[in-house]
Amino acid sequence: MIIISIIVAVLILWVILSFNKLISLRNQVKNAFAQIDVQLKRRHDLIPNLVDSVKGAMKFEQETLTKVMEARAKAINAFQSGNIKEGFQNENIITQALGRLFALRESYPELKSNQQVSELMEELTATENKISFARQFYNDITTKYNIAIEIFPTNILAKIMSFIPFDLFELPKDSPEKEAPKVNLSI
Amino acid sequence: MNIYEQQLKNKRLTILILFIFIVFFLGLGLGFDYFYLNYTKATYINDSYHQYAQNRSFFPVGTLASLIISAVLIINAFINGINMIISSTSAREPNSSDIKEKQFLNVVEEMAIAAGIPKPKCYIVPDDDLNAFATGFSPQKSYVFVTEGLLRELNREELQAVIGHEMSHIRFYDIRLMTLVTILINAVGIISDMIVRSSRRTSSSRDRGKGAGGIIFIIWIILVILSPIVSRLLAMAISRQREYLADAGSAELTRNPRALISALEKIRRAVQPTRAIKDSIGHLCITDPRGSLIEEKSGFWSDIFATHPPMEKRILALKLMAYERENRT
Repeated sequence: MIIISIIVAVLILWVILSFNKLISLRNQVKNAFAQIDVQLKRRHDLIPNLVDSVKGAMKFEQETLTKVMEARAKAINAFQSGNIKEGFQNENIITQALGRLFALRESYPELKSNQQVSELMEELTATENKISFARQFYNDITTKYNIAIEIFPTNILAKIMSFIPFDLFELPKDSPEKEAPKVNLSI
Repeated sequence: MNIYEQQLKNKRLTILILFIFIVFFLGLGLGFDYFYLNYTKATYINDSYHQYAQNRSFFPVGTLASLIISAVLIINAFINGINMIISSTSAREPNSSDIKEKQFLNVVEEMAIAAGIPKPKCYIVPDDDLNAFATGFSPQKSYVFVTEGLLRELNREELQAVIGHEMSHIRFYDIRLMTLVTILINAVGIISDMIVRSSRRTSSSRDRGKGAGGIIFIIWIILVILSPIVSRLLAMAISRQREYLADAGSAELTRNPRALISALEKIRRAVQPTRAIKDSIGHLCITDPRGSLIEEKSGFWSDIFATHPPMEKRILALKLMAYERENRT
């Protein structure tokens, strides 16, 4: 009798602990996703300012600038109509085009010395980094969550409580994760 | 070892350190009671009834005093420790209209997002040397300090790597461990100082027993005098360990070990001491604020007396990490 009640107690304890662990992981995943969202919105707000202030100077980059504005409009529309996948596709286009603009900034001396443009560039660089770090954190924490709901014995609990796995972000082509390996034999 | 095991290990280490220091304080306090409050061998030999009764009602003043002093110091540090650090380094809050300082704020926010913790409060120490440190009791309430020299000399990526290092100290709970150790070192210093002072006043007036009792007393008084040094050595040993892990943690957050390598190279080249940062918080910094060349040497003595591992070893460890990362695919 005592043995049975001990087993039951241990089981109940296990259920409570694993359930709490899963819930806290799932909340972390949701928070991480919300953080990405916040940063994407911030970028949407910053882009028109940037385009306005560099339009005059970057005469040969009008095409890239138009592309950024178009992708921004499409992304906003897609997110509003609930088409998440298309939204993120357009976000990736924005990331690539902005990367190009940042790289080209060096060849426009008047932009380099412009205080206002420098501030905007810093803001956008920070936002870009925040987006990629938020994705990195989202992927890490989601991987953890996905593993937790798949391994035995937690998977039984996850199935009963209907915890579903979340998708990972596909990293855009120019992210450092997919950078071609550099061989360095300096050590 | 992943971050959760890291944190767990550090929390356990914190408890162990607390325990060691409590033993330390008990040793100091009980010794004081034993040798100064008539609790000596001589009184046992004197077997008059009154003397015996006096011994029974013995009250451990020294022990209580040392425990109370350390408790007060810990509570005090908890309440206004951060203000003490801010005023001792004369740190100021960053000015977000200055582009470099705005960049610092942005970089801290980026690293907080990467680590998945709330953004720490940022401060700038007006000093030309290159240095940085983090402090606080938990990731929910933490502080990052950088020197003006660091902001001026490092580029964005290098700054990010340094902040990543500090952010790793925060997320591994190193800050709590090191803050506690700092307070306890202070407490041991104060207590041993008090004992040494009072022993000067009373030692000539009292006969402290002969033979074995005298030898124990001599050993104890040597321990008292050495205790500030011993506790500091303990802190340094812990600190050195944590530096490698924070370096690795930075590389994990930024996925860019090369940036930390070049940041450390720059910090290493700036050898002048960080005057605004006192020695007592030296083990919190990314590099020893004394700016001495002890960091450059390896070997037994510098292994014991340095707060940080040699830069060369840290850089080599990072280079290996970068090399492995770049050749994985």
